[in-house]
Amino acid sequence: MINSNEIIDDIANKEYEFGFSTDIEMEIAPPGLNEDIIRFISAKKNEPEWLLEWRLKGFAAFKKMEFPKWQHFKMPELNLQAVSYYAAPRKKKQLNSLDEVDPELLATFEKLGIPLNEQKALAGVAVDAVFDSVSVATTFKTKLKEMGVIFCSFGEAVQEYPDLVKKYLGSVVPHTDNIFAALNSAVFSDGSFVYIPKGVRCPMELSTYFRINAQNTGQFERTLIIADDNSYVSYLEGCTAPMRDENQLHAAVVELVALEQAEIKYSTVQNWYPGDKDGKGGIYNFVTKRGICKGAGSKISWTQVETGSAITWKYPSVILQGDYSEGEFYSVAVVRNRQIADTGTKIHHIGKGTKSRIISKGISAGHGDNSYRGLVAVGPRAENARNFTQCDSLLIGNQCGSHTFPYIESRNKTAMIEHEATTSKIGEDQIFYLNQRGIDTEKAVALIVNGYVKEVLNQLPMEFAVEAQKLLSITLEGSVG
Amino acid sequence: MLTIKNLHAEVEGKKILKGINLEINKGETHAIMGPNGSGKSSLASVLAGRDNYTVTEGEVWFNGKNLLELSPEDRAREGVFLAFQYPVEIPGVSNLNFLKTALNEIRTYKGLPPLEAKEFLKLTKEKQQLVDFHSNLMNRSLNEGFSGGEKKRNEIFQLAMLDPQLAILDETDSGLDIDALRIVSNGVNKLRDAEKSFVVITHYQRLLEYIIPDFVHVLYNGRIIKTGTKELALELEERGYDWLKEELHLKESV
Ligand SMILES: Nc1ncnc2c1ncn2[C@@H]1O[C@H](COP(=O)(O)OP(=O)(O)O)[C@@H](O)[C@H]1O
Ligand SMILES: [Mg+2]
Repeated sequence: MINSNEIIDDIANKEYEFGFSTDIEMEIAPPGLNEDIIRFISAKKNEPEWLLEWRLKGFAAFKKMEFPKWQHFKMPELNLQAVSYYAAPRKKKQLNSLDEVDPELLATFEKLGIPLNEQKALAGVAVDAVFDSVSVATTFKTKLKEMGVIFCSFGEAVQEYPDLVKKYLGSVVPHTDNIFAALNSAVFSDGSFVYIPKGVRCPMELSTYFRINAQNTGQFERTLIIADDNSYVSYLEGCTAPMRDENQLHAAVVELVALEQAEIKYSTVQNWYPGDKDGKGGIYNFVTKRGICKGAGSKISWTQVETGSAITWKYPSVILQGDYSEGEFYSVAVVRNRQIADTGTKIHHIGKGTKSRIISKGISAGHGDNSYRGLVAVGPRAENARNFTQCDSLLIGNQCGSHTFPYIESRNKTAMIEHEATTSKIGEDQIFYLNQRGIDTEKAVALIVNGYVKEVLNQLPMEFAVEAQKLLSITLEGSVG
Repeated sequence: MLTIKNLHAEVEGKKILKGINLEINKGETHAIMGPNGSGKSSLASVLAGRDNYTVTEGEVWFNGKNLLELSPEDRAREGVFLAFQYPVEIPGVSNLNFLKTALNEIRTYKGLPPLEAKEFLKLTKEKQQLVDFHSNLMNRSLNEGFSGGEKKRNEIFQLAMLDPQLAILDETDSGLDIDALRIVSNGVNKLRDAEKSFVVITHYQRLLEYIIPDFVHVLYNGRIIKTGTKELALELEERGYDWLKEELHLKESV
């Protein structure tokens, strides 16, 4: 008879599924962080002068900053001089069609379940595939263009739509925002760019798939999404990385701008390599994500399912500037083995009648350590602002940790802020109860976990909700669907 | 159907069951009575396979299979059902989804295809009526925020749905008012047939007025110290357990 503790241990130690690496010829810059490498990247990408200057300003800001100390984990030692800041598949010229993409790369994405061939691709989902910081393919581009939707790599946007990029780049996350954002501003290599014109409802899900492959490289991509007046877009990012013994830094920046009555739904299924069961290796996922509801009545909604990375450290935030604008944050963060997550959101209520909703579900297993950190700030102009926060923690086993750090700052008496929090544990009693009804322990854990995260997964586009549910099951317990 | 031979078990190093012998045949209903702490729930837990109990001696056979070698879920799939004295709450898992999973796991084990949604709903409706289980409880999270009585009814509702061969009811009557007691007992009586057996653990002979047992056993200090028919329950109600304890001490000192 298998004891339920053993199964829970087993579950907590399950191996990473996407740990293979791709053998492909790469152009990799020598390690080191200095002005030369920044100029090199900028030149490689044929960037205009203003962008190089912006990068250099970012680097200057970076040099003056120190690593934060307030996080709820021991800051790992980061040797930023040992990192290579540019890695790209060598074959890359200007690609005109998918046929010109290295077959090895296409195969890699196929293996990850992301077919880049438009015939095979998920109907209704356009994908931008980013391999070691460089966009290798974007599907359904022509179809989207017919409606005026721009969906392309960041590098391409700089060439083709410089005015839009110049206007919005750094407008939500300035290059001085924090040390990782400053670093990203200096060395970012690629990423995705989206522009939805006035009055357009984007007809398909837009999705970026990030893959880190090369060794000793960091991944520093930038995503910029602009939804013009009365437009709508749903965007999803996914990511994986090979298993490597060294830690790798991922310091991305995402900026969202929603103009009048526009709506942006941004979903993340984060599955970077988490390190092995003793905490060796894994990605440091230190990402700055922020959106601004600039126009009245606009809406930004973040949904994240975070299962990977050695350390996940990010607070997808919303600035509710437009009157009656709305911000949402739905999160599932899973830690197991030695993983750490310090995540949550910041919502700034500036306009009047602004509303926000935060649903955070932490799951801790093994020796994982999970913190929710959130700020709800209401400014003096935000008459009748409303916030509801629900912050739950689920513990599996006895050795994991879970913490919540909710901050509330209200400078308007008419604001209404509600906060609810619960901590529960998957108890042996619950498992035994389900066992006694014929359900084995793996399925029992899946049933409990799926029930617990339902409210968040419901926010994901259908296909991805199913994927995320599978991912959670795999993460937490072998192969249960 | 069920044979328990000289069963000894301990929990956290403490001896709880000290040589239980019991034979239950198809279609029989056995009542187990006894003072608090005598080991009734422990016996139920050991039969269901709770892993904090260690069996140190003895055997349990169920339909020719060595029950003690099976995992808890396989015991359930073989047809052992325990209606818990204290059913747990499982937030976020809907009662309906849970039941569908359980039913289909059991069916798969038996080599049957999963029940179609329509058939499942039909079955649910039918069994709900049996114990007067409110349909609004069906879509709620499993036992979450249920009253004591609702939880007990849910146990019997599950029993009706999963249709086991052997059902062990651990103090299903406690926490039920007289009307609920009647409803639950009627439900159980409707489930009784020549193929199924019941073990009814209770403190009160009140329940046994509704669910009339074929045998009554008194469990005391980890052992069955007396076995009789339903009249024994009446006698216990009148006289308490002390006379039995005395009888036992007399026997042991001889
Ligand atoms: N997990 C446990 N740890 C220690 N002692 C226990 C545990 N569970 C039950 N017991 C003890 O076992 C004895 C029998 O308990 P139980 O089977 O619940 O009795 P009953 O159901 O007859 O009231 C009691 O003395 C009780 O304290
Ligand atoms: Mg008891």
